[in-house]
Amino acid sequence: MTLDKNLLLVIVLAPLVGAVIAGLFGKRVGRVGAHGVTIVGVALSCALSMHVLYQLVWGGAETFNENLYTWFQVGSTSANIGFLIDRLTAMMMVVVTFVSLMVHVYTIGYMADDDGYQRFFSYIALFTFSMLMLVMSNNFLQLFFGWEAVGLVSYLLIGFWFKRPTAIFANMKAFIVNRVGDFGFLLGIAGVLMWFGGSLDYGTVFAHAQDPAIDMGARSVELIAGHPWQVATVVCICLFIGAMGKSAQVPLHVWLPDSMEGPTPISALIHAATMVTAGIFMVARMSPLFELSETALTFVLVIGATTALFTGLIGVVQNDIKRVVAYSTLSQLGYMTVALGVSAYSAGVFHLMTHAFFKALLFLGAGSVIIAMHHEQDMRHMGGLRKYMPVTWITMWIGSLALAGAPGFAGFYSKDAIIEAVGESHRVGAGYAYFCVLAGVFITALYSFRLLYMTFHGKERFVVEHAGHAHGHEHHADHDEHGHHAPGHLEHAPKESPWVVTLPLVLLAIPSVVIGFLTIGSMLFGDYFGQAIFVREANNVLGELGHEFHGALAMALHGFSQPPFWIALAGFATATWIWLFQPSVADKAENALRPLHTLLANKYWFDSLYQAVFARGGVALGRGLWRGGDAGLIDRAIDGSASFIDQLSAIVRRVQSGYLYHYAFAMILGLILLLGGSWWLFTRIAA
Amino acid sequence: MAQWPLLSVLIWLPIAGAILVLALGRDPRVARWLSVLVALATLAASIPLYLGYDAPAGGMQFIESHAWIDALKVHYALAADGISVALIVLTTFTSVLVIIGSWGPIDKRVSQYMAAMLALEGMLIGVFAATDALLFYVFFEAMLIPMFIIIGIWGGPRRVYATLKFFIYTFLGSIFMLIGLIYLHMKTGEFSLQAFAQAPLGPSEQAWLFFAFLIAFAIKVPMWPVHTWLPDAHVEAPTGGSVILAAIMLKVGGYGFIRFSLPITPDASQEYAWVVIAMSLVAVVYIGYVALVQDDMKKLIAYSSIAHMAFVTLGLFIALALVRVHGNPDAARLGVQGAMVQMISHGFVSGAMFSCIGVLYDRLHSRMIRDYGGVVNVMPWFGAFFVLFAMANCGLPGTSGFVGEFMVILAAFQDNFWIAAVAAFTLIIGAAYTLWLVKRVIFGEVTNPKVAKFEDLDAREWIVLGSFAAAVLAVGVYPKPLTDLMDSSVLQIVNALMLSKA
Repeated sequence: MTLDKNLLLVIVLAPLVGAVIAGLFGKRVGRVGAHGVTIVGVALSCALSMHVLYQLVWGGAETFNENLYTWFQVGSTSANIGFLIDRLTAMMMVVVTFVSLMVHVYTIGYMADDDGYQRFFSYIALFTFSMLMLVMSNNFLQLFFGWEAVGLVSYLLIGFWFKRPTAIFANMKAFIVNRVGDFGFLLGIAGVLMWFGGSLDYGTVFAHAQDPAIDMGARSVELIAGHPWQVATVVCICLFIGAMGKSAQVPLHVWLPDSMEGPTPISALIHAATMVTAGIFMVARMSPLFELSETALTFVLVIGATTALFTGLIGVVQNDIKRVVAYSTLSQLGYMTVALGVSAYSAGVFHLMTHAFFKALLFLGAGSVIIAMHHEQDMRHMGGLRKYMPVTWITMWIGSLALAGAPGFAGFYSKDAIIEAVGESHRVGAGYAYFCVLAGVFITALYSFRLLYMTFHGKERFVVEHAGHAHGHEHHADHDEHGHHAPGHLEHAPKESPWVVTLPLVLLAIPSVVIGFLTIGSMLFGDYFGQAIFVREANNVLGELGHEFHGALAMALHGFSQPPFWIALAGFATATWIWLFQPSVADKAENALRPLHTLLANKYWFDSLYQAVFARGGVALGRGLWRGGDAGLIDRAIDGSASFIDQLSAIVRRVQSGYLYHYAFAMILGLILLLGGSWWLFTRIAA
Repeated sequence: MAQWPLLSVLIWLPIAGAILVLALGRDPRVARWLSVLVALATLAASIPLYLGYDAPAGGMQFIESHAWIDALKVHYALAADGISVALIVLTTFTSVLVIIGSWGPIDKRVSQYMAAMLALEGMLIGVFAATDALLFYVFFEAMLIPMFIIIGIWGGPRRVYATLKFFIYTFLGSIFMLIGLIYLHMKTGEFSLQAFAQAPLGPSEQAWLFFAFLIAFAIKVPMWPVHTWLPDAHVEAPTGGSVILAAIMLKVGGYGFIRFSLPITPDASQEYAWVVIAMSLVAVVYIGYVALVQDDMKKLIAYSSIAHMAFVTLGLFIALALVRVHGNPDAARLGVQGAMVQMISHGFVSGAMFSCIGVLYDRLHSRMIRDYGGVVNVMPWFGAFFVLFAMANCGLPGTSGFVGEFMVILAAFQDNFWIAAVAAFTLIIGAAYTLWLVKRVIFGEVTNPKVAKFEDLDAREWIVLGSFAAAVLAVGVYPKPLTDLMDSSVLQIVNALMLSKA
């Protein structure tokens, strides 16, 4: 059987309809109308996506690949809008719509006091539409459309509180840094069109890449004369630069921590669970291309490994609860990229899925804490919250255990699979990557439990100012105004968030525990992805691991004896010792390791460097070109020649003095000279 | 319908309307209504042109030809292919919006302003419809007059300097073209563009003609380094003048390359394509950086226009290399088609951006970025439109701004990776200057107390910005009708490029 096209259209369009209604008619439909229409839309999408997944996995449905309409057709170049629905896509659709639905519900509580309530729902529904267009595409054009559309919504949402200078700086920065990635991505797409069969359609391109008669792996091109490069390497590196922007890989990672300026629900949805993983999805989707180039995969591997370790380290010194989770996201994206780099695409996508659940959970949990703390985000003013908000506390623990890779939890399966795949790989750079991902396990445990201890355990480091204080309540309605409280001073004692907030936490905690156990067998070592992901036999590290896989339970038990577990345990113990029992150690360590701390606190000076070179340098260059080039050279030359004729004419006749007249006269004189002179030249040349 | 001289109607209806408005428009209200009616009638007349054009067949249709000056074999000859039809519809569409947009801001000499706009519309349509070189030249020059008047009378404080710079620059350019046309007339004894295209020309003849045309059209487009008249003209022009200038008059330059340079001097065009390509690439990068540092919103968008128009020239001239060096007519079609789509799209986007600036200017009488900030707090709908058009200006997929740039970059890549890479730099620098503008004008807290008193869009402004938005989104979501309209005509141009003349 085949999937119904109309059903797929409903999946995509339902959130869009919700977004349009909530966005354009937000005043008329009111708050309930806005969240009602978007939640119904996304819920419908989610239910139908699950249906599609069911049909593909158990219902015997075939892969759906069909164009909806032709976007343009010029000569033999055609660009279409269409869907490719295989199991990879279906899994992404379920993850996207499910997390989105959770975030929609959560938002009812989180944004309850915000004036931009309807606008917010409109944006997140629009995001869901864009992300679905991205993952459901069957061609590069639509992929790029979705890619840029999610970037636009991310821009709008990071700058959602558009009065905050930091927010509108962060959203501009995010968009421009992403554009650096898109620059490469677009060139990669152009390369695909040129070299892979003159088509933008996935099917045609992949068939071309895999055709032994064409042997794309052997084709090369000289971008610099005398230096032949494999065509596939050029294309794949260009495409991957796009992924580096969207999935925030070093050195294009700088936008993601700043994106935390946006409201927390979108940090969970866009900047953790879905949009930032688009790059991972894209590379997995393009596996037939990446498999052609060892060089490109090594590039991917090294970038991913660097991101995994070094951004995680920054997370250890952050005090803003959201920023810790943000750096954790960067680091985990690095893990996924490493998986791609060793041709373990399924493992990358698998980690993408498990991470979507537990990282969305952690962000939403952090948001719940932030509500309870009256928009205080600094963990140094938290502590001991577990007794005030038990649901948040427990679910955050579950999320952190999953993130740190406790055996049996979702993150254990996906991360262990990546680490073992790297260990198995013989690709150039695999040794470095293996070190990074193992060391990263320690770091992950360190910052995860640090976050838990600083937030939920230990002494309360905040003061509750009892009601009756002169502080006005009128500021409640506006998130921007909370800065007027002294740090760590709360009006009311923290309390557990309402059910619309905690319900999504619980619903996300369930897959954070079980999803890895349930799906690893088929997704990594079974035939779940089928034709959707292509791995050459020589690169098939997961296939090798599959021989040692004897079920999820056995893997969990075996995990207790493996290095990653002991490394994570060491991280846990360290964190427990420092942040639960001996908080003074943290300060001592900070002083003892002053240079390292400075390095991390300044985030390796990436931001300062970019700000100085690209931002200020760009403005200086622009000023130079404008004053020096336009005004200095070009206009001076033109005004000069005008004034030359002007002076000439002044000598010829000294009768008139009107400014305009001068010009006109100069012009006519110049005209005569020009006409005569050129005519003379023309006739001579032509003769 | 076939019997109607549709193109003549489209040219002379607004010009006759202009005279009518002058005669009857003593009362500003009469002048306003009458001019809108004339513009709407012209728009309506362009619908049968679009519907009646047989796009799959392609070629010149709606042909009209009458002897005009017998002694010189000059004809009043009009015809339109898909490219002309697209540009004519762009003109009639934009003119309506410009006239509606000028209802409020223009309060002195209303009838004269409206008449100038209508006359300008007629002449622009004439440029796009003329198939006789002298007739083309007449329209090409004549349209300077209403523009000169619009800037000179309703313009800003430095309008005299700006008009003279504008006039001298463009007039200087067209002189070279006139010389070239006279030369071609001597050679062929006619003024028909078709005869010019078929005339055998030696390499050095072609080279001289090529540069004569290049100067004329490069100034019009404008290309770096002959672009400095444009920012000055925009800054001083009233909003309506800026919109017409950016949305349509610049297109005359691109159109000229298509009708003159490519068919008449194909071999020289190929030989010197690198000059045009280099100038275009410099424009993308250099002008992008210059746009970044502008304090004046209009200058910023003017510079952005130059950078965007560079994609038109790049697309047209990359096609030569693709056809002749790589033997790849498919990619060449993509380049020419991309150039054309970019022209139409830039018409919408730049028209919309200048209209937006006009909306702000009407409220504060300042174009300086620093005087604004936080506008979205008081004008949420305006903010939404502005962000949409800004995104189109950045070339976001789903808006028209993406389509042409995408095609041109895809085509350029097939010629040379590095050309495509420099062109694609617009993704970064375009986003930088546009979004920085948005950040400073639209977002943030309201700092200027006068901004705090702003009212959101009124109905008239809604019509203008809403229409532009609809066009930007329509072309962005479904460009096929537009590309189909022009496809056969583009194919003919590309086929002609394959034939050497020497």
